[in-house]
Amino acid sequence: MLHIVDRRLAGKNKSIGNRERFLRRYSEQIREAVRKAVAGRSIRSIDQSEDVSIPKRDIQEPVFAHGPGGARDIVHPGNVDYQRGDRIAKPHGGPGQGRGKAGDGLEGEDDFVFTLSREEFLQVFFDDMALPRMLRMQLGETPEYESRRAGFSRDGTPNNLHILRSMRGALGRRLAMGAGTQSALRERLHQLQSLLALPPPQALEAGAFERQQLQREAEELQRRLRCIPFLDPLDLRFRTRVQVQLPNSQAVMFCLMDVSGSMDEGRKSLAKQFFVLLYMFLHRHYEKIDIVFIRHHSQAQEVDESTFFYTTESGGTVVSSALELMRKIISERYPPSSWNIYGAQASDGDNFHNDSKRCHALMASSLLPQCRYFAYIQVAEEEQNLWSEYAQLTARHPNFAMRKVTLPADIYPALHELFKKEAVAA
Amino acid sequence: MNTPLSRSSAVLPAQTDWTFDILERYHAAIQAAAQQYGLDTYPNQLEIISAEQMMDAYASVGMPVNYRHWSYGKEFISVDKRYRRGHMGLAYEIVINSNPCISYLMEENTTAMQALVIAHAGYGHNSFFKGNYLFRMWTDASSIIDYLVSARRYVAECEERHGLEAVESVLDSCHGLAHFGVDRYRRPAKKSLATEMREREAREAHAQQQVYALWSTLPQRADKTEDTPAPKRFPQEPQENLLYFIEKNSPTLEPWQRELVRMVRKIAQYFYPQRQTQVMNEGWAVFWHYTLLNTLYDQGYLADGVMLEWLSLHSNVLNQPNLRSRAYNGINPYALGYAMYRDIRRICEQPTDEDRHWFSDMAGKPWLPTLDHAMRNYKDESFIGQYLSPRLMRELRLFSIRDEANASDLEVTAIHDEAGYLALRQALSQQYDLGTREPNIQVWDVNLRGDRTLVLRHQQYHGRQLGESTLEVLKHASRLWGFGVRLESVDASGDLQRQWSVAPHN
Repeated sequence: MLHIVDRRLAGKNKSIGNRERFLRRYSEQIREAVRKAVAGRSIRSIDQSEDVSIPKRDIQEPVFAHGPGGARDIVHPGNVDYQRGDRIAKPHGGPGQGRGKAGDGLEGEDDFVFTLSREEFLQVFFDDMALPRMLRMQLGETPEYESRRAGFSRDGTPNNLHILRSMRGALGRRLAMGAGTQSALRERLHQLQSLLALPPPQALEAGAFERQQLQREAEELQRRLRCIPFLDPLDLRFRTRVQVQLPNSQAVMFCLMDVSGSMDEGRKSLAKQFFVLLYMFLHRHYEKIDIVFIRHHSQAQEVDESTFFYTTESGGTVVSSALELMRKIISERYPPSSWNIYGAQASDGDNFHNDSKRCHALMASSLLPQCRYFAYIQVAEEEQNLWSEYAQLTARHPNFAMRKVTLPADIYPALHELFKKEAVAA
Repeated sequence: MNTPLSRSSAVLPAQTDWTFDILERYHAAIQAAAQQYGLDTYPNQLEIISAEQMMDAYASVGMPVNYRHWSYGKEFISVDKRYRRGHMGLAYEIVINSNPCISYLMEENTTAMQALVIAHAGYGHNSFFKGNYLFRMWTDASSIIDYLVSARRYVAECEERHGLEAVESVLDSCHGLAHFGVDRYRRPAKKSLATEMREREAREAHAQQQVYALWSTLPQRADKTEDTPAPKRFPQEPQENLLYFIEKNSPTLEPWQRELVRMVRKIAQYFYPQRQTQVMNEGWAVFWHYTLLNTLYDQGYLADGVMLEWLSLHSNVLNQPNLRSRAYNGINPYALGYAMYRDIRRICEQPTDEDRHWFSDMAGKPWLPTLDHAMRNYKDESFIGQYLSPRLMRELRLFSIRDEANASDLEVTAIHDEAGYLALRQALSQQYDLGTREPNIQVWDVNLRGDRTLVLRHQQYHGRQLGESTLEVLKHASRLWGFGVRLESVDASGDLQRQWSVAPHN
């Protein structure tokens, strides 16, 4: 009659499908919340969970119900001193006199707040960037693992057999197993020798029989010693390997941005998405990533992140100053032999006329040979001389990419080559 | 206990952590005690689940499976958040009115808690589900799980065929009207799941034809129209089941949408008895876990530690916060129900003169059949109306307050004295009457020859008005109906007081 079922392993998260439907329904509000959150976050902390709040009235499901008005008789327990006909002043707001309805956890004016997981957050963040699905998953992934040696074990495949260890073990085993037999044999041989060492008459008296006896025993012991196997399955030792997180080498990412007056908030947030995408890519591959922020108008400066994104300056634009500074920083702090160098540049393409040639030269001669990848996005439509100079670079330098970006969906193609190579390698 | 048995030496294990073996032994002992009292139950199926799974069950209205809908996701998120922050504990169990009766037991419960839960859910609620007339009449315990599984599959199919948004909007609208998608008095025919499935397809075709007939604009033959004068209204009698009416008569619903309406309606009907028997059902379960576990103790099965642990939980459940405390949220239904069953037993066993006067038919009678009769044949409203005794009213110190919208003060209309007993009992009984708790809204008329507007009528009760979400719900109704919907609120004398209308959807 009784039937006990252990459901604990039958899987939780049955509500995942419901949660997805919920997120889809409120995608507008969620996208807005993510947009705000991104604006307030640094590039490094972009891939974290986020609290999203939705006004409660947007989320309620309406049903027919009584509102205020009319007459109600309500019975309460715990009368202390009321008599029939007593009049009590109506309570205004607050708890008391039983107006509260059974709590469904949703009443009150508070917002409905919930947490987007890291994956969901990234999903929304990259939502309009038309990233391939495969790539989204890769970006969300944890770092790579490598198998490392981790001592020896008794079982494994023949290719991992460690011969020296196995033989050493076998030797020890043979010594240990033969020890008793060995000493018994030595004793017999000793007796035999002492018998043989006696003068002949006595030796004859002792008799051939005893000698033969000892001889037989010695032979038997020797046979037993020979039976001890030279190599036993017990002796075999194999190399073992464990999966360890790959402590990838280090990378440095240079973010170069034009901060002249024409770079408005919209263009900057495009640039930020671009930088974040590159950062996420690097984050997946390198354990240690330095980010260098270089902003420039007519002069270039190395700044911290908040200054980088949130202060505007005006003035002329000399792009080469930023490239020059980048080169200087590389030679001072990031020797290309031990650092993977990535560059990301965002600008509206406006440059001091004679400077663009110089940019070309700088890129071709010193920067691009040192960089693993350099991506340039122009957040304006108009093609000026910087664009045409850069365009000449693309043919000869496969590690250079450039794109005009006016919508978030244009960003990914700029980095497409980078990710494509990765997909082949992976 | 009044049936002392030989004290058994077999004390059940009292260790804190339960094992499957311990569960079975406790169950066997509780089952023996329940049989001794003649409790009639479905077979029990105990399922051990983790906290996450409990939250999953919370989110889908306590059922092990349900179709997918965003509102369950919302519920899950909110439960999950409150649980993780420690703002709420989870129930020790959830019990499902099914055959076999499924009880979910949380894995982190101690042995004593599991024993309490088995007695409470596996024998208390279980016997109530099997015995109470509302459950017998309205629910089919043997098929509910299968029905939900097939509902889930059907919704998934519809989502695939017609898109998530289309299905979601129909379900949203149905949910808005779900409480008005139940039959309150009519007894449905019980159908097996197989019949239900077989009929679904036939119905899809047939229902559509019916609708065509109703909305046919072709002129009828002259001799027929002469004979039968057009009815004044359609429907001729007001209809209480809005979803049923819409399912059968909406001019625009696609067949699959009609099926979704039907599905939500069926599930709402399944929950309808539970909403009407909260006090009775919980009180019954508490009464029986108390009685059964005490019997086990008297028989020597329960160790003292186990006994003390469940008693402490028991009194937590029955806690009635003080009227003036912040925690006060009306009468605790567990406490009220339990007190009433205890009181009925007392009236049977030790009646006073007052009891003989008030309850002449049960005073001094055997208590088991009397309780059984009460459990089987009442719902909260009638149960209180029948069995709330003056003595219990005094014990609970009940009093009744009238809140008139246009009066400046609240008035105490009755207290626990000779003059107030009847009024108190009447007022408390009405408080648990779904018919007065929820607004009375029925289908009144359809403009058949004109703009096809559906007219609903709200009959006011004690001058109570509709709340502010009314217009939103009407929009849902209009989406299902396909044309305009008007809601008229009339007072006791039948005068129209207020009306809302929603224009056709698109």
